[in-house]
Amino acid sequence: MDLNTVRQVRSPSSADEVADWPAGHAWLSGGTWLMSEPQPGIDTLVDLNGLNWPALMASDAGLEIAATATIGALADFSAPSDWTAAPLLRACAHALLMSFKVADVATVGGNICMSLPAGAMVSLTVALEATYVLWPRAGAPRTVAAKDFVTGNHANVLAPGELLRAIHVPAASFKRRFALRRASLTKLGRSAALLIGTSGPNGDLLLTITASTPRPVQLRFAVMPDADALQAALAGAIPADGWFDDVNGTPAYKRHLTVHFAEEIRAELAAGRRDA
Amino acid sequence: MTYSIDGRTVAAEPCPGQCLRTFLRESGALGVKKGCDAGDCGACTVWLDGRPVHSCLMPAFRAKGRQVTTVQGLASGNDLHPVQQAFLEAQAFQCGFCAAGMIMTVAALDEDQRADLPRALKGNLCRCTGYRSIADAVHGVAAIEQDVAGAACGASLPNPFSAGIVTGHARYTMDVDAADPALRGLLHLKVLRSPHAHARILRIDTAKALAIPGVVAVFTHEDVPKKLFSTATHEDHLVDPDDTLILDDVARFVGQRIAAVVAETEGAAEAGCRALEVDYEILPAVFDPVDAMAPDAPLLHPGNDGLAGGARGNVFLCLKGEVGSVAEGFAAAAVVHEETYSTSRVQHAHLETHGSIAWRDGEGRIHVRTSTQAPFITHRKLCYLFGIFPHDLHVFTERVGGGFGGKQEMLSEDLCVLATLKLGRPVKWEFTRPEEFLGATSRHQMTTRVKMGATADGTLTALEVHVVSNTGAYGGHGGETLAAALGSPLAAYRCPAKKAEGHAVYTNVIPGGGFRGYGASQTSFAIESALDDLAAKLGIDPFAIRRRNMIRPDDVIQSVWAEPSDVAFGSYGLDQCLDLVEAELASGKGERTPEGDWAEGTGVALAVLEAGPPTEHRSGGEMRLLADGTYHLAVGSTEMGNGSVTAHRQIAAAVLGTRAEAIAIINADTDRAPYDTGTFASTGTVVAGQAVELTARALAAEILAYAARRTNTAPEDWRLAADAVESATQRISLAELCRLAAAEGHGLEAKRKAYLSPRTIGFNVQGVRLAVHRVTGEIRILHSVHAADIGRLINPLQCRGQIEGAVAMGLGWALTEHMVHDAQGNVVNAALRNYHIPAFADTPRTTVLFADTHDTIGPLGAKAQGECAINAVAPAVANALANATGVRFAHLPFTPDRIFDRLGGLESRPL
Repeated sequence: MDLNTVRQVRSPSSADEVADWPAGHAWLSGGTWLMSEPQPGIDTLVDLNGLNWPALMASDAGLEIAATATIGALADFSAPSDWTAAPLLRACAHALLMSFKVADVATVGGNICMSLPAGAMVSLTVALEATYVLWPRAGAPRTVAAKDFVTGNHANVLAPGELLRAIHVPAASFKRRFALRRASLTKLGRSAALLIGTSGPNGDLLLTITASTPRPVQLRFAVMPDADALQAALAGAIPADGWFDDVNGTPAYKRHLTVHFAEEIRAELAAGRRDA
Repeated sequence: MTYSIDGRTVAAEPCPGQCLRTFLRESGALGVKKGCDAGDCGACTVWLDGRPVHSCLMPAFRAKGRQVTTVQGLASGNDLHPVQQAFLEAQAFQCGFCAAGMIMTVAALDEDQRADLPRALKGNLCRCTGYRSIADAVHGVAAIEQDVAGAACGASLPNPFSAGIVTGHARYTMDVDAADPALRGLLHLKVLRSPHAHARILRIDTAKALAIPGVVAVFTHEDVPKKLFSTATHEDHLVDPDDTLILDDVARFVGQRIAAVVAETEGAAEAGCRALEVDYEILPAVFDPVDAMAPDAPLLHPGNDGLAGGARGNVFLCLKGEVGSVAEGFAAAAVVHEETYSTSRVQHAHLETHGSIAWRDGEGRIHVRTSTQAPFITHRKLCYLFGIFPHDLHVFTERVGGGFGGKQEMLSEDLCVLATLKLGRPVKWEFTRPEEFLGATSRHQMTTRVKMGATADGTLTALEVHVVSNTGAYGGHGGETLAAALGSPLAAYRCPAKKAEGHAVYTNVIPGGGFRGYGASQTSFAIESALDDLAAKLGIDPFAIRRRNMIRPDDVIQSVWAEPSDVAFGSYGLDQCLDLVEAELASGKGERTPEGDWAEGTGVALAVLEAGPPTEHRSGGEMRLLADGTYHLAVGSTEMGNGSVTAHRQIAAAVLGTRAEAIAIINADTDRAPYDTGTFASTGTVVAGQAVELTARALAAEILAYAARRTNTAPEDWRLAADAVESATQRISLAELCRLAAAEGHGLEAKRKAYLSPRTIGFNVQGVRLAVHRVTGEIRILHSVHAADIGRLINPLQCRGQIEGAVAMGLGWALTEHMVHDAQGNVVNAALRNYHIPAFADTPRTTVLFADTHDTIGPLGAKAQGECAINAVAPAVANALANATGVRFAHLPFTPDRIFDRLGGLESRPL
């Protein structure tokens, strides 16, 4: 929609050109959320397109995703053959409510910075134990673990003007086995629960719970737990009032799905290990 | 650098925060539509360097130096793009508002995407079609037939405006050329809406708003005529309460308009609204209609003395009736079932929002171009409110992008006319999508207690319903929907004793309005659910109990009032409909049960509906023979995707023995067409269509009589052919006849009026086979079957499309849609991403079957088609769900989170 309060668009070729950050400034990445709701407090868009960050760079160390990489590009990424968890890229892109037309424009960084419970780029990068590189307006860049970035529904650790520059997914994360479960109140709709489990050669379990909770919850087990241990850990990690309440599912339903999917993921990864 | 739009170079610069859609429309690409303005509906889809994007989400400046292609630039020369051609041949649209974006999306899909349409089309919403015809278009399935003289009735002819719709050149309400001299100096209107559910306005300070550059005027309750009216449109204005002011000093729901700001730009009008300072005295609010009936409840309309039945307080209307004695009936019953069922508040979500443009011409006449289902009633209401002499006001529609009852309402016209009268300049107001949820209308939420008794063989002995309808803050449609709720769903069954009582109650929520199915949907859900529950108690098959009790052609059509009614069996095909659905469900077609922990079940429900409202309803037609031997037809009714324009041409062509193409039609225009009450309540075919038939017959007689007079022969000697009149010995072309008549100063023309009485009755049966996942609560419709008795099919393709659309809308009501209010009365989900109307992925293909009947009342054997189908859908889903799980879910909608804990799946572990 038209953002009629916007008076100017700044188009820096380097983030360093944006030293000041007055109230009313907003980074413009894909713009697909920014343009989808009234933004009466915004008078200046700072366009990230001119920064020309390379979208996706794969190396032996893993995958470097520019914040400005589109979700569509990430979904279409051709991963090295030994990255067994790479199908999560497309699966998480498809977990989003957005159409492919929006995914072609919306960015990975934009989705992460929105920090919505059903933000599947958060789910993806937390599950893959990514780190985020943040560029404050002043001072040195800092790195945060993906699991520590989102602090609540539509809330995160970014300071005003601070920029998410890149997401680094370690190669080791891609070399794990994975299982994903998701449910929505409507077909291909917004997630009510999105759970991702991964397991390495040593038979551990890393379970990431999103959408059903206001912020990601991650449970780490050095060895594959049994069903009771998993449920006990869930109960310990998420208090009775810790389930997200919105029109995409009641808290009771989200809890129910989470309990169910967590066990399905555990069973699938445990069984897969036995088969191997 | 410049912008390239459909190959044109555009030198204009967009505003910094402007989205591409607005920029494109300002440049003349009006085929690009604004549906949601938020990236959810896809109506604005264009290509940027060949890739489809939602142009409402794209900052316009990012298109600089790139190639923009809109639907208007898709065709090469006069040749339609193959996807445009496919949409035309499949008639993959009804109102057509989504078509531009749908076509631009489909034309960009690769093979993999075409094989996965549920995913590929998740960003394109259509509220009309139910998506079957869109899938057909993608797969190249053509459906239209040839237009053959004399065979127009019964042919699947295309919408006459198809070419304009698929090329983006059809003009909807807001598609105005900025250079149009009539609109020079166009102003934009925006309203400030109440943040409080119930509040008295103590003061509105407009100074800061007026100080904003570009703001021209602010209007508050102090500036409007002190005339109460109802926004609802009916022929008989007395059926709706006069409880509304254009702007009031009391807000009765969150979203009620408080003040209007008129400015040179939309941005300035928005800024003006933000700058208004309003002091409110917060009043206690009540949201639940049962609470609102309590003696100490806050009163919404202290002066309310209701319409009838002892209404008082917040009760706008109380209706009661009884035939026979239900006390005796229950005493005679072997089994009595009693349960309470409720339905949810839902929104029409027509893709074109409400909106109007008003201006004054050089002679002082006011013109209102508006998105309405009832231009003539709107005309009358505006004349009343503003004291305008009827001749000095002209109300008309261009193409209307969907209605579904939501535009049986005057919601945007009044403020535009007010501002134009005060300022002398053209004024435009277009609702945003959130405003549809905040400040338009909704389906009345109703809670229905049903009590049914039957003998051991399933014969009903007594039927009693008690309805509480939440009419919201204003009572428009509150009485008529309540009457409808107590009408046809009870009349559907033969029963010696029936009793009903209903209350329509004011509360501090968005007003109820007209909505496809109109009250009958709500109690059909309750009664059809209850009948299955009763059958289960008796161990009787759901089809059998319906056959045992449903009305038959020799029955009196009667609800709970003993006096005679004007409803009559013009035809009867309910028995056929039940047979068709039963056989189709038993055929084993449809999808198989998914693998996993699913429960499967089937359900059926029926609905009967009078074609036309009990209130007065009339229409008129005018026709004349044109110099080239073709015909002009003017009819007042509105086309909003219901297909009436297509059907009316076919009716006229059939009577005149010509091709539909030979009939040029104009409609919904108070200057250029005769009076029509409005296109709602299943009247497009049976009233306006009847007016067309009568007019065409009169014109045919006039033409033959003139031919006879000219030739000194008898009219009986002549017959009307496609383009000539013929006798055994002579042939005169129609063009020649017209010339001969004109030379004598004689126009070959006719005008007739149609009046709705008696009213015929239509029948619909929905069958559903579904699977529900015992753990996640996900519901998958495996087989959707619908049989309709709508008399003769004037246009089979279109009839099928109307029913498919109604079924899809019914599935939305049953499965996904629900307006959620918080404890303060705010609508929580005022956006299409959170208020989920069925997308392609949600909508199963429905097998549509027709009873073989020919109506003796409706025009050319036809009955109403677009409305009633919805009424059987939600209860069929409910009954299938009950059949699958053994659990009755009595409250809509059946979203997984509202049903999961009663499905017998995974026991929830304590956490």
